[in-house]
This record gives sequence, structure tokens and C-alpha cells, in this order.
Amino acid sequence: MATPVTPTTLLELKHVQQNYTSGTRKFTAVQDVNLNLQEGEFVALLGPSGCGKSTLLRILTGLQKPSEGQITYRGQSLKGVNPYATIVFQTFALFPWLTVMENVELALKARGMAPNLRTPRALDLLDRVGLDGFENAYPRELSGGMRQKVGFARAMAVEPELLCLDEPFSALDVLSAESLRNELMELWTSGSIPTKAILMVSHNIEEAVLMADRIVVMDKEPGRIVAEIRVELPHPRQRHSDEFRAVVDNVYALLAGQTQSEAAELGSEPGQPGRTRALPHVHISDLAGLLEYLSEKPDDQDDIYRLTEELKIDSDHVLTLTETAELLGFATVAKGDIRLTPLGETFAEASILARKEIFAARIRRLPLVRWLSGMLQRADKRALKWDVVKLALELEFPPEESEKQLDTLINWGRYAEILAYDDGSEEIYLESAAEKVS
Amino acid sequence: MGYFENILPPKERMERRFTWGDVVVLLLLAVLLYGGVRLAFDAPAEVQGPFIRLEPRALPWYALLSVGRMAAAYALSLLFTIFYGRAAAYNPRAERILMPLLDVLQSVPILSFLPVVLLSLSAILPQTIAVELASIVLIFTSQVWNMTFGWYQSLTTIPKELREASSIFRLNTWLRFKKLELPFGMIGLIWNSMMSWAGGWFFLMAAEIFTVGERDFRLPGLGAYLHEAANLGDTRAILWGLAALILTIIALDQLVWRPLLAWSDRFKVEMVESEEPPTSWFYNVMHNSTLVNALRGWFTLPSERLDSWLIRRAPLQDTGETAHGYTWRSVLPWVIFGGFLLYGGLRAGLMLWSVPLVQWGQIALGIGATLLRVMISLSIALAWTIPVGALIGTNRRAAAILQPVVQVTASVPATAIFPVFLLLVINLTGGLNIAAIFLMLMGTQWYLLFNVIAGASAIPQDLKYTSALMGLNGWERWRTLILPALFPYIVTGGITASGGAWNASIVAEYVQFGGQTLFTTGIGSLIAQATASGDYPLLLAATLSMVLTVVLINRLFWRPLYRIAEDKYRME
Repeated sequence: MATPVTPTTLLELKHVQQNYTSGTRKFTAVQDVNLNLQEGEFVALLGPSGCGKSTLLRILTGLQKPSEGQITYRGQSLKGVNPYATIVFQTFALFPWLTVMENVELALKARGMAPNLRTPRALDLLDRVGLDGFENAYPRELSGGMRQKVGFARAMAVEPELLCLDEPFSALDVLSAESLRNELMELWTSGSIPTKAILMVSHNIEEAVLMADRIVVMDKEPGRIVAEIRVELPHPRQRHSDEFRAVVDNVYALLAGQTQSEAAELGSEPGQPGRTRALPHVHISDLAGLLEYLSEKPDDQDDIYRLTEELKIDSDHVLTLTETAELLGFATVAKGDIRLTPLGETFAEASILARKEIFAARIRRLPLVRWLSGMLQRADKRALKWDVVKLALELEFPPEESEKQLDTLINWGRYAEILAYDDGSEEIYLESAAEKVS
Repeated sequence: MGYFENILPPKERMERRFTWGDVVVLLLLAVLLYGGVRLAFDAPAEVQGPFIRLEPRALPWYALLSVGRMAAAYALSLLFTIFYGRAAAYNPRAERILMPLLDVLQSVPILSFLPVVLLSLSAILPQTIAVELASIVLIFTSQVWNMTFGWYQSLTTIPKELREASSIFRLNTWLRFKKLELPFGMIGLIWNSMMSWAGGWFFLMAAEIFTVGERDFRLPGLGAYLHEAANLGDTRAILWGLAALILTIIALDQLVWRPLLAWSDRFKVEMVESEEPPTSWFYNVMHNSTLVNALRGWFTLPSERLDSWLIRRAPLQDTGETAHGYTWRSVLPWVIFGGFLLYGGLRAGLMLWSVPLVQWGQIALGIGATLLRVMISLSIALAWTIPVGALIGTNRRAAAILQPVVQVTASVPATAIFPVFLLLVINLTGGLNIAAIFLMLMGTQWYLLFNVIAGASAIPQDLKYTSALMGLNGWERWRTLILPALFPYIVTGGITASGGAWNASIVAEYVQFGGQTLFTTGIGSLIAQATASGDYPLLLAATLSMVLTVVLINRLFWRPLYRIAEDKYRME
């Protein structure tokens, strides 16, 4: 009845949600995700760190149970770990005490395959990924790229229908990553592996555009899907072609967002209605570096994704930096381009002291800073214990994140000379109070 | 400095405050002790000790007996460790009970249980079996806690992605144990086993020489040999016995532990080659031996068979919903347990009620006296271990000379040479007091020394350079660099050391020697006297008081110190 060209749905996620609680607060790591994966597809899950993409990968392989929602594999509801899926891990996850060969064989042994069958299969796979001659080496003797080849060989040894890649290239150097990507694409596009679909988690935009048929873009706070883009370019794709760049630009524009109205941009104070905007965890020197770099560009602007190449930093970091510049009003972001505001320009050219003043003026607008200074002013001796502030922040953020938020807050506040922090007594002061004490 | 690297105890166990769990555990201990004491009422009033032959020819047999007891207790400890650790690490509900239990048990002075265990077992079992069993139980309880803690610790620190890889590649429980948990925990397990064996000797020797009143609970073995030799003042036999003991310990170190350490280097998780891997001549010999390799070949097939059988028998369970909620089936055992605990607690309370006030006074006095001895021995230990440890830890040349000496000396269990020392000081005024403090010192100083060495060798080179550049010298240097750096290690060593000192009091404060009975004021002496005279309510009261005191000292003194050390002085 159905026409034979209709692709089979392999995996389907319906209203998947991952919550966790900390004290009385509920946090959402993944919010209402609907996703399906067809046979023959290569899908990339793309998003900034903390957007829940790795959590989603663990949910859809059955490693983790979602709080809500349904996962079906070939129409069957998924119970426990999906036996048809494997993962290639970012950190390789090889057993350090087993040789390359034993690592691959273990996956087969666990499925009950006899030694006389599994040994040739493991040898064959190691051969195919180019690890011929390294069978008896231990992982620690190999380079990162070679370790990940073992990871791929192990994953493909069990002939998975669904191959999941959890940022498999991000721990590798540029050259190994590129050659491994090409090798994988060759195996995949030539159909020489029995894998029916690939799902890759990545925060590298170019990588996703280079490999995937479909890019699912996620955003954080809460982690959710914000867009889906089909990439129709034929393989092998040319990084420098105009079509390729157009797609990359498009994705950057989606991820970097657009400059919004100030109220929406800043959020509310902790404890007040509305969401508190989390501070991006950025060092001031990095931010200053970016602004200086941009100020030397024609028109004080640049293509965001070109920044990754020019500054040799990864896209995740670039996005965090542009987010910060935007939050502080040093730059505006539109259509994948970043442009310095006059204020940003002034900052880039200012002396150290003047920079501190500008920075202080800017961060005083942030609800988090206002909230903390308010609390400090009301506090006895204008000082508060680090733990107390952290606990208060947990009204708004999960514990680990509140710790990071507070660290960034102190870091920025110290630079701006608004706050002081005494590591011995673990107390946060208002800078004026610190002067009085000393 | 490889020997001392694994000395710092896991962090978590120091962070708990007093909880209801602790109360339950203490109550449980009280009930168990009460049960033991009840049984002891039927213990024979007279116990005939073994005949100990003093000719050197008997020594190999005695050594074998002693090692056999150690091995039996160790096998028990290993089994217990693996199952208990797994239960605590993987079952959150069990963890909430098992970890506080372990936490209290490891701070309890084990040796104080010896009389109760001996008496109760000899009431229900034939004499020889009872004494053997008591010694094994005692060694087990001294060995097992740090091993279990270490194992639990490694299970909970297995990297998440290795866990996930084992799930995604469908390793069943057996393969996971064999290929992930055991290799990951191996190095810690071996280090902890070495520490446990070293500690176990102390308890074995104490068990082998235990005699009170008409009850001679000695066991044929190296400890009893030394005891008998000292008793008869036979210097030649003493020397033979000491030589045999040291030789046994060195042989175990060279033929068992060193090869195991060299072998276990492959289980390092670091992805870089280690710079100075542990080596062992014996391991190298075995590794290159044709016979051993052939043996290994024969084992491949059965091991493969076992694996595949277990994989078929117990495939990976696809866990669906695990039942939560409370059913009467899950609650009933706890209700019974609670009832048992309350009833036992009540009976124990009644027995304690029958102890006259005078005796409670004696107990308080005894605890005070023993506490004083513990403090004196700790102070002496601190006074010499800090400078010497700092020297060994910071000076390579000193380390090369002193370390082997220290290792061999430290490996001799203090309880074994106690009778010999007693022979020397018994006729001095306050001889037993000196001997008791000496035994405590011998039982405590090595922990401190090893920790100080570990701390001193962990002082970062750049800090040493900086303090040299700043021209810090003498006391200034100690005050600003060395003492703060050593502080966490001194505290860690101190915790173990004070536990050891309390243990020592049981054998040190009451001795039967050369036909006479000597005792001094102290809680250990009181426990021994109660055992000798069959005053069981007093035995229960004294043992419980000692347990409670040591647990309290741990919680109220050492833990706050430990927390300060953790927060303020950790170099990371």
C-alpha cells in the first residue's frame, strides 16, 4: 500500500522532557523535544554547551530515562539500553587496561560471540580504520586520533543500525579530526557499513554542515530544539564553496541570536518574577581581546563564523564571547555578523583604568549584579559568606551552575572594582566596604 | 615515594556529622556485645593453652600457621569487600545504611572485642576451633574496613563514559566486574590490602598471645613463640623468633605484594606512560618463565568458557521500572530487625544497670588513664616523626638510606616484640606503664611517619624555591611552608594512629608474664580483668564505654581538624 520510497522511521522521540530537582526548585535540562530519525539519514544535533544535546543523546540510546515523554525504536517503545545503537564517545571511553584488539573484541564478547568468530571480525575492522599493526598496543600508546579510530572500530564491530557520535572529533587535533571525518563519510556514503542512520552531537557548526543531511539546532536555558535545517549539498562537500558558506552563515545567525530589547536581554533579578539571565562564563581579558580585534576590522565588524578561523578558537567559545559583548552593549549581532557599538569601540581603545570604569558602569545594569550589591548593602558589615550567596542563587540556577555564576560574578565584580572577595574568610564585600575595613 | 602515595583516606567519610544512623549502629554494636557476653556466661572457667615448642625447627610450622590465619581472614575480607562495596555503590537505599555503618565500624577499637569474641566462641565451640575462629574474626575486622572503603570509593569514581560504554556495549554484571570494576579498583585494592596485612599482623600477634587469669587463649604461631620465649627469658629463641617473623614479612612483601604492584601498573587510568613504574624482580622472573606462560595458556580456555557461560546465564537485564514504594514484604525484615534491636538494647541496658556505681567510676578513671597514655604516645610520635619524616620526604639522599630501614622496622608488628620489650623494662619502677606507652608508640608512630613523608614529598618544588628565594630559614621556613603543608597529612596519620593506640591498650595494660600478673590503671586493663574474673556486666560496660569514647573522640576532635585541613591547607 505504502509506496516503497517512503523511508522507515527508525527512532522517534515524543514530548521528551528531562527535569531534575534541587531542593525545592525544578530545573529543565531538556524541554519538550520531538524528533525523528529516518533510515538513511545523518542528523546533527547542534547547540552551545549546556543545551542538553548530550543528555538527549543519552536519553535516546536508553542510557538515561527521561522524566517525561516517549521514545520508540522501529515502533517499539524503548526499554533500557537500545541494543541496536552504539556510541562513539568524545573522550573515547576505551578501557585503558585492554589492548586495542581486546577493546574491540570485548564489545563482541559481551554479545556472546565465540572467539573464533570475533577475532577475525575485530582484525578486519581495525584493518579498515587503518590500525593494522597496532592490535596489541594499549590505548595510552596511541595518539588521540588513533584512539578515536579504535572507538569507531569498536562501535562498528557490533554492526549497529544507529550509530551515535557524541562530539567524536572535538578532543582531537585539527588534522586528525579532519581525516577521521573524511574516512567516516567515505564509509557512510559508500554504504560499506551496515549502519542505517547516524546521529551526531556537535557544537562545531562547520562540522555539522560538512557531514549532516539535517541539522537540528538546540538552544539552552532550557535545552530545546529551536530550528531544523536541511542540508541538500552533495557529498563530498566543499568548505569553500559559496553554497556551503551560505548554510554555515545561516546556522550561525540562528545560534548567535539577534540583539533584543534591553529588558528581554537582561532578564530579572533572582527571586523576582521572570527568568534571570545567566552570565556567560567569560574572562575579561578574552572579551577585551575580541573587542580589540574587532576594532581593527573595517567598519568594526566581522562575520561571526570567520572569527573562529581568524582567532583560532572554537565556535562555542566565539558564541559565548559574542553573547557577552552583546549583553554588555559592546556589540550588536545581526544575521551572523557582529559589529562594535561606539561604546565597544571606546572600551577597545581605553586605558586599563578607563576600561574598568566602563565595565563597571555596564555590569551595574545587570540584574544579578544589582541583586548582589543590594543584598550586600543590606547585610551586616556589608559582607556576605560565599555559601550564603550561592545558596540564594540556587533559587534560580542548579547548584553547579550557581557556583559557576557566582565565580563569574566575583570575577567580573573584582575587575570592575565593585566587589571584593576574601578567600580566607570566604566573604564577599562591596569594594567600598573593603576599603573601610582595611 | 610510591609506598606512601595512597595513604590519604577518602574525603567523604570525614564529612558526615552525627546522624541517627550512628545511633542505630552503636545500638547494634551494644546488642552484639551483649549477645556475646550472654554466651560468655557458659564459657569454661579454665582454658588450657597450647604447648609452645621453642626449638627453631618448629618455626616454619608456626610461621605457616600464622600466615594461614592471616590468609583466611584476608580471603574473608576480600569477599566481604567486593559484595558490600558493590551493594553500597549501586543501591542508593543500601548506601544510606551501609556507609554510616562502615564509618562507625572503622573507628571502633577492634581489639576491645577480642575478650568477648573469645569467650562467646569458646562457650559454643570446641576450644581449638573457637580460638582459631576468634583470631580470624578479629583479623578480619581489622583488615576489612579500609579495603571496603577503598573499593567503594573506586566503584563510585569510575569515569562516567566508561560506565556508559559498558552499558552501550552490553557488558553484563560479570563482564563489567571483570573488565571494568576490578581493573579500575585493582591498584587501590592492592594498596589497601597491603595496609590491611600490615595492620592484621598487629592483631594476629595480639590474639596469639592473649591470656587472662586461668584462661590461656594462646594460639600456636609466631606470636605465641615469641611470647613463650620472652616468658622463659630465652634470648636465643627470641632472636630466632624475631628473625622468622621479619623473614616471613619480607618474603610476603617480595613474593606477593611487590609483584602484584608491578603487575597492577597496567591498570593505571592515566593515558600517559608512568615515569617510574613499580618494579619487582620476582615479577620479572615469573613474567619471563616458560612454565608460567604455559600455565597461563592452559587457563585461557576455561576462563573463556566461564565468561561465555556467565554471559549466557546472566545476560544484561533491560531494566524497566524498578519498584519503589514500600510493600509489607520490604518493610517486614526491617520491623523484625528493629524489634530485635530494641529488645537487645533493652536487655543490654538492664545488664548495664546492674553494674554498680563504683565500677562506673573505675571505668571513667580507666578511660582517663588510657587517654593520657594515648596522648603521651602520640606526642612522642609527633615529636620525632615530623622532623624525620620531613627529612626523608624532602631529601633524596636521606630517603635512600632511611627508607628501607623504616620499612623493615615498621613491618614488625609491635605486639610481637611487646613481650621482649617487657622482659627489659619489667623490673623498673612503673615498668608496665613504660611498656604500655611503648606499645602504643610502636603501634602509632609508623602511620604518622608515613603520612609525614607523603606530605613532605608532596610539597611543590616551586614553593620550596620561592621560600628559598625569600630567604626563609629555620623556624620561619617551618612555620610558613613545611608545617602548613604537612598539616593535612599529620591529621590523617593522627586519626589512624590514635585508633591504633587505643587498640594497643587491651594487650598493654594487663599482662601475665613470667608467672606473675601485672596490671596498671586503664580501660584496657579493666576489660582484661573483667575477662579474667568473669565479671561479664563489667566487661560489657567497659567495652562499650571504650567504643563510645573512641567514636566520640573521632567525631568531636579529629573530624573538625580534618575539615580544617581539607579546607585550608590542601595543596591543589
